[in-house]
Amino acid sequence: MIDKNTVIAANRFGLGARPGELDHIGDDPRGWLRSQVLHTPMAPGELAALKPSDEILRAFFAAREERKDKKKAAAAKGDEAQKVGNLIRDALLPHYLAQAEARVRIAARTEAPFHERLVQFWTNHFAVSVDKPVCLGIAGCLENEAIRPHVTGHFGDMLRAVEQHPAMIAYLDNQSSAGPDSQIARFASRRGNGQHKVGINENLAREILELHTLGVDGGYTQADVTTFAKVLTGWSIGGGKGRLAGGTEGRYFFRENLHQPGAETLLGKTYTQSGEGQGLAVLGDLGRHPSTAKHLATKLARHFIADDPPAESVEKIAAAFRSSDGHLPTTYRALIDAPHAWEGYPAKFKTPQDFIHSTYRAFDVTPPEQRALLAPFEVLGQRIYSPGSPAGWPDTSKDWDGSDALMKRIEWSVAVGDRLASLRAPLDTAGQALGPALTQHTEDALHRAASTSQGLSLLLLSPEFQRR
Amino acid sequence: MVTRRSFVHRALACGMLTQLPRLSFATTQGDSRLVLVILRGALDGLTAVPPYGDPDYANARRELAIPRPGSNGGALELDSTFGLHPSLKQLHQHFQGRELTVIHAVASPYRERSRFDGQNVLENGTPAPTGGTSGWLNRAIAAMPSATRAPHELGLALGQNVPLVLRGDERVTSWAPSLLPEVEPDTLARLADLYTADPVLAMRLNEATAIDALADEQMGNGRSTDKAAARPGAGNIARLKLMAGTAGKFLSAPDGPRIAVFDATGWDTHAQEGAATGQLAQRLDGLDGVLTALATALQPVWKQTAILVVTEFGRTVALNGTRGTDHGTGTCALLVGGAVNGGRVLADWPGLGNRALYQGRDLKPTLDLRAVFKGILQQHFAIGARQLEESVFPSSSAAHPVPDLLRA
Repeated sequence: MIDKNTVIAANRFGLGARPGELDHIGDDPRGWLRSQVLHTPMAPGELAALKPSDEILRAFFAAREERKDKKKAAAAKGDEAQKVGNLIRDALLPHYLAQAEARVRIAARTEAPFHERLVQFWTNHFAVSVDKPVCLGIAGCLENEAIRPHVTGHFGDMLRAVEQHPAMIAYLDNQSSAGPDSQIARFASRRGNGQHKVGINENLAREILELHTLGVDGGYTQADVTTFAKVLTGWSIGGGKGRLAGGTEGRYFFRENLHQPGAETLLGKTYTQSGEGQGLAVLGDLGRHPSTAKHLATKLARHFIADDPPAESVEKIAAAFRSSDGHLPTTYRALIDAPHAWEGYPAKFKTPQDFIHSTYRAFDVTPPEQRALLAPFEVLGQRIYSPGSPAGWPDTSKDWDGSDALMKRIEWSVAVGDRLASLRAPLDTAGQALGPALTQHTEDALHRAASTSQGLSLLLLSPEFQRR
Repeated sequence: MVTRRSFVHRALACGMLTQLPRLSFATTQGDSRLVLVILRGALDGLTAVPPYGDPDYANARRELAIPRPGSNGGALELDSTFGLHPSLKQLHQHFQGRELTVIHAVASPYRERSRFDGQNVLENGTPAPTGGTSGWLNRAIAAMPSATRAPHELGLALGQNVPLVLRGDERVTSWAPSLLPEVEPDTLARLADLYTADPVLAMRLNEATAIDALADEQMGNGRSTDKAAARPGAGNIARLKLMAGTAGKFLSAPDGPRIAVFDATGWDTHAQEGAATGQLAQRLDGLDGVLTALATALQPVWKQTAILVVTEFGRTVALNGTRGTDHGTGTCALLVGGAVNGGRVLADWPGLGNRALYQGRDLKPTLDLRAVFKGILQQHFAIGARQLEESVFPSSSAAHPVPDLLRA
């Protein structure tokens, strides 16, 4: 029996119903959701052909070297600037396209759409952005190598995997952050090399505290940020020359000679561990901190329940996180069991990404390939793996419902309607995608549409399809 | 041919869209134009406006220091203490033409170092990051005396969505270039009917149709002729220039919006920042070009125009371990336009000696950015002092409006 809760499971928790999905879920929407987070599923087949991050980073390093050499050579001639500039992009873009294509294909086809939405949620929580050149080839690797394996595990394990992933280390500039008393700093000061000062970069430490764990009001100070940055010195990427030789090129590598030696006190606790273990101990504590539980519960509730999530639901989800030591399936179950999650439908305005994915699912079409795949995401304002900041994409209606944003959705929907006019029927598709959520008003509009093409566009633009 | 504009008028005639804005504004006192440019990521004010005359400057900034005016890659001289970054050539011309005021050692009331909270405070106009869901510029529109304002959509966000600073009860609209074909008026009319059940979408559709109609009128049609520049996601300077040119045309239209906001990202220079040349220098060169595009398009109303460039906070005075700078506090702001009482540097300069720094690391702010905002709103839009303190910038009584920012 398909009812409102069936639709909520498919469209709010999932990625939008494909034909037949509402029938499949039937009268056990909660069971359908729980079954998707019981265990770690096999990696989707779409990922099989993707290259690992170390291989891609090696290609990046090689392209960067080649660029340097060519620049030197071209400096005399002065006419090859353009060619030189594209070397890195040429090396990395194919990887970015392959990762983006895999991601959208999974979203369009998966039969575990709640699981996949959670993958996307965590990728956005631990955001890196391809507008930083080094990330162009490996942003998708962070999702596939550090997020996916832990979506149904413990948060602490995901946290460690993310913070030690080369994409995060490079995005937040930690690879050459050096402690003031590290071997490298002492060497530099003996050489009197004042111009090439080595020192701390606090970017990664700040964003771990502010965005990844405690949250901005989670009870830390500037002193904690600076101390944590010292703790994290040495968390780097392998490969390099001279004093920075060591490790496997392109893989996470702890550089003892960058690390600030000695005990550090952070958030009122002293960490006496040496080397990498010190940072791991701090991360371990951050990953199970009550502020982290509250921060993550708030974000989950905002994503799955409402822009302004009810405090009662947030507390229940946070409590499940705390009592299970950050066990994510237990946390998700508290979310599924929150009564608010099944009320006020539809509450969330779809992001462009949600809108595009649910369109492919509703029409059961294969997403385009290569650059054409990127176009709708760019046009609608949510370029793949490109939130532009470590805070990730925003997650409330006000961030997405600008009048121009709506006009872009209209223009794209008209193009989609035109393309699919001979292949799909508006009312059938609407029934399969929206079930009992389809209003009489919209059904009438689809009946009266001037053409099949216009009917399909109106379906995509209807209030019930624009929200979840 | 049926344009969007004629669709709008026809729709009005048929009573299809009952609340459709006409975008016709009073032209008496309502002639002032304001463009707010937000540089997201925290601009290094000591590089954009180097205090080359400060005795501690060269030593404090080391490889980030911009050479003195006259030397190779040197600053463009403003006075005996301050210069502009050598990339800001057009802005320097405006300074010489007395159309640019440079404000330094300024900051919002926010004193932590989260970029995202810093932007919230910059935009919500309160002392707290969680100080509300509306922006000060939207509340300023609400506070304008009725003689200086028109009933609909004085505010325009350049971009698909509306940033916090312009969100609120007052209706505003947004616009960005498009690569897709224009939609048939019949489809828009049917959508208007479909959205009668959804007030938010109905309002957005009204706003979008109206601004597109204005684009049709101002530019022949709202489609971009420069595909590379219109391409979204690039975050590039070409796109910003296109948006700036469009913003200028919208603001120049007699029945167009009066206030525009757009933002540029890419200022968070944690690594390899560069000085006279390099990463930040390139960004500043782009900013110079964007402001020039804006000024060119605003020529018809240049005398009534003020453009304010701000950022959420500054960066550390000292270089970090990766040849960049970390999040800081005090920074600069730029006010340029035909209405600006320019050719001046406004700074109660705290100095860059170790003991002068805020928390031993940042340029100490000596001016509240809200005092600048208030000064502009008071002079430019005749918003009363009481409203500025009560509704636009609550809890800001210590930040007195900076006088005479604009020409009398």
